[in-house]
Amino acid sequence: MIPVQAATPVSGGGDSSNAASSAGNGTHDLPGTDVDDLTPEQLAAQWEEEKPPAAGALANVGSSLVVIGVGVGAVVLSIAMGLGTPSAPQPGLWPFMISCVMVALGLFQLIMGRHNRDAEKFTRMSTAPLTGLVTLAAMVALMPLSGFEVPALVLCIIWMRFLGGETWRSTLVVSAVVVAAFYGIFVTALNTSIPHLF
Amino acid sequence: MDFLNPVINGFAVVLEPMNLLYCLIGVVIGMLIGVLPGLGPAATIAILLPLTYNVEPVTAIIMLAGIFYGAQYGGTITSVLLRLPGEASSVVTVFDGYQMAKQGRAGTALGLASIGSFIGGTASIIGLTFLAPIVASFALDFGPAEYTALALLGILLVATISSGSKTKALIAAALGLLLATVGRDIFTGENRFTFGSLELADGIDFVPIAMGIFGLGEIMYNLEERHRAAKAPSAVANVWPSRGDLKQASGAIGRGSVLGFFLGILPGGGATIASMASYAMEKKRAKQPERFGKGAPEGVAGPETANNAAATSSFIPLLTLGIPANATMALMFGALLIQGVTPGPQLVEQDPGLFWGVVNSMYIGNILLLIMSLPLVGIFVKILRVRAAILAPITALITLLGAYTINNSMFDVTLVVVFGIVGYLMKKFGFEPGPLVLAFVLGSLLESSLRRALLVFGGDPLGFFGRPISATLLIVFVLVAALPGIRSALAKRKATVPARTAATEIKEKV
Repeated sequence: MIPVQAATPVSGGGDSSNAASSAGNGTHDLPGTDVDDLTPEQLAAQWEEEKPPAAGALANVGSSLVVIGVGVGAVVLSIAMGLGTPSAPQPGLWPFMISCVMVALGLFQLIMGRHNRDAEKFTRMSTAPLTGLVTLAAMVALMPLSGFEVPALVLCIIWMRFLGGETWRSTLVVSAVVVAAFYGIFVTALNTSIPHLF
Repeated sequence: MDFLNPVINGFAVVLEPMNLLYCLIGVVIGMLIGVLPGLGPAATIAILLPLTYNVEPVTAIIMLAGIFYGAQYGGTITSVLLRLPGEASSVVTVFDGYQMAKQGRAGTALGLASIGSFIGGTASIIGLTFLAPIVASFALDFGPAEYTALALLGILLVATISSGSKTKALIAAALGLLLATVGRDIFTGENRFTFGSLELADGIDFVPIAMGIFGLGEIMYNLEERHRAAKAPSAVANVWPSRGDLKQASGAIGRGSVLGFFLGILPGGGATIASMASYAMEKKRAKQPERFGKGAPEGVAGPETANNAAATSSFIPLLTLGIPANATMALMFGALLIQGVTPGPQLVEQDPGLFWGVVNSMYIGNILLLIMSLPLVGIFVKILRVRAAILAPITALITLLGAYTINNSMFDVTLVVVFGIVGYLMKKFGFEPGPLVLAFVLGSLLESSLRRALLVFGGDPLGFFGRPISATLLIVFVLVAALPGIRSALAKRKATVPARTAATEIKEKV
């Protein structure tokens, strides 16, 4: 149920222009020298502003419902395992206790956490972790079939060139070196059984 | 001097070439990840856990400990030179350290921080040497009831002291406890939450969870690019502070050592809180508090001393009670369990080589770090030029391939990726991953202690209040649980100290 949550970007009430301006190759320019004289309080406030925009109430409802859902599911499964009594507990008693606490906390968070600003909104920047995840999943799927070298090389290239904004030249050189180094360490030196082509 | 014999034997353990080598590797890695913004010590330790499978337990912990306290040294460098804290525990160093660098005293700031770190770390090891056996002998009488109360209190404290929402941290802890129940029930042998999977019947291993939630989750979270680019730093001149600077900072170093030592012992305490508390204290004590934020040497020396002292003393609850005080210690706990060593009060008696080997390795580690951060600081400053874009895929590959080597199975790799997603989403939605991992490692201890205690008490939960220590711990538990309500009521009336509130806004990096 958790990946579903990832697929539905939460739209809070904030503005998205802030996030869009920080997109790009990811290298923020350092602010000019005028900020050098900031006091600790101003500096902290500036860091606070540079954080990704906070998600709205929907994120809280969503995450609370996931928590409650997991909790209720665990309660049902625990009862099915049998609870027993405190002096003669069945396997389900301890998970039952935890999941009850979890449901209670989830309900509390659902109601009391409405105005919390600690969740981050999914922005255009969030496509980077999503891309990263796809490459990781692809690597896990392909490794047993084709060995680790080719998927690892592709992963390096995608992460450096498209997620990190490196130049093609440094991407290709570094990727090749990295894969060769991993081959050297894991296959030649440590002699592990990692699936490999050569 | 019977007491000192095992201490001295511990030095013999440290001086074995293998242990010295791993100590060096640990502190160098720690220093590196401290310098590089992005991965924190907990994430690094999680990613490198597979490395520890094939070495002796003492060697493994010496290396992991080196990463942890080495990161405290390294984090300072970026704070001072670039105004970018490499670690959460170096955030307050930015305020005065960067100002000192602007005044051309970067070397002095770094020098004071390293010397303070060294003194704080060393003082804390000495404290550890004398306090740990006492705590351990006290805890030898602990029964299941006491352990239940202690584990509960530990989890609660870590959850409540963590930055961000307390409720969410507690939810994370509950999820950790639930994950710990997956697999065969130790008392009845029945399968729980395995959904018919053979691989889950043995329970979920600690390593994939830690690697996924701390390691991969952190890597994916960082892909959203939240690190301001590092400007090539100015050259660092003389790092040896003058006699006058040292004299000015000596009070702060002394106070920081003591404060850090005690804050490190408390569950949920640790380096970050210690550095913030020290900064607040130095500012309060100063005759001219307005100097702070404008390059006061005490504002660098105090917090840097305190975070190192705390990093060291947070080993006390782990090694003497078997209760990790923070997320990084939870990883150490997991690493020891993998090695077949259960940390607890018996450790000092039964395995003095391991206990004193680890403790004494910290002396060596601190000396190595002092060398690296004074004469060799230039090398580490150069490393700042390595870009995050290049590091990210390398760390991701280390994680995946490392996970494979645990059991030579793709199942573990898949688990790591799954928990990586969980870790990323948790951070995104404001749930601290630390309490989850901590609760997970304590989960089976908590359950078995609770069930044993209830057997002893004949199923009567009130029995916990019949024993003085468990009763006290549970009363503290209730007080801590009720504290946020009391505090928020108080906070409405009283304006909080600005520097502290500002600093706590920065999320703890793991």
